[in-house]
Amino acid sequence: MGEGYRSEGGLRSLRRWRPRGTGPAARHRAGRAPYAAGVSDDDLVRRLRSGDESAFAEVVDAYHSSMVRLAQTFVSSRAVAEEVTQDTWLAVLKGIGRFEGRSSLKTWIFRILSNRARSTGVREQRTTPVDVSDEAAVNRRRFDAGGAWSDPPAHWSDEVVDRFSSGPLVAQVRAAISDLPESQRAVVTLRDLDGLSSKEVCDVLQISEVNQRVLLHRGRSRIRARLEDELAKR
Amino acid sequence: MKLTTLRRDIVCQQAVELVTDYLEGTLSRRDTRRFEAHLEACDGCEEYLRQVRATIRVLGRIQPEDLAPETRQGLMELYRQFRED
Repeated sequence: MGEGYRSEGGLRSLRRWRPRGTGPAARHRAGRAPYAAGVSDDDLVRRLRSGDESAFAEVVDAYHSSMVRLAQTFVSSRAVAEEVTQDTWLAVLKGIGRFEGRSSLKTWIFRILSNRARSTGVREQRTTPVDVSDEAAVNRRRFDAGGAWSDPPAHWSDEVVDRFSSGPLVAQVRAAISDLPESQRAVVTLRDLDGLSSKEVCDVLQISEVNQRVLLHRGRSRIRARLEDELAKR
Repeated sequence: MKLTTLRRDIVCQQAVELVTDYLEGTLSRRDTRRFEAHLEACDGCEEYLRQVRATIRVLGRIQPEDLAPETRQGLMELYRQFRED
């Protein structure tokens, strides 16, 4: 699907920290495992347990930015999201001895984060009720009585990815993501921005596969509609 | 949306609601055939599916903010403190 967004980062880019924006370390994604493909979590978990500082640096480099982004889904500000993420790292260090490997290390860390961010959001009284409304992917007015398009989509799918390299559209999509209801935003962020699998998303957010799919569907539909509106303006 | 209750062809308004299930591979074989048959005959829905795919690609390009060196340094200090305790 997305060009290279699931590609492996590999160990090399993670070993040494470089100042911001000067090396591959600046481009870490949660979709990347902090170790070479084919190596299981076991080695990393063992190193974390034995107090290997470089192992901690690896997971921080790989996941911290995406963790803050996910936390922002649930809490009121970036500062609070950073705090929750920092608390999560402490919880990871304290709990690594109890990690059983039933899910991947990444999923386990993200689950701790989402639980903490959610309860912080509740304390902030920010959390909105779970969205249970019946929501159409496309405005009903665009179909005739028989359910066929009366106002079919204009053709822009071929060009949007190229046009996306320009700034304004990126800002619009970011805004569209933050406007999503919380649960849709969390699913879209993990699936489409971080590249987690549906199973991993279910594990992290502790939701059913069906619920995951519904939230993903609504979230993606809204973002598509927003892109459509934006492109119509240009 | 339950397609099993539908005996006839899919209409556009139903097709747009099936896009995610289709992409996730959770439609039955029969419903997949129906969905694809509709798209073959419907330019609007074909473009719609392409737009959703393009949306996913575009979302995959959105990077999280870089980890600031001072944040990273703070986390490493936190780590050392934790190990000392």
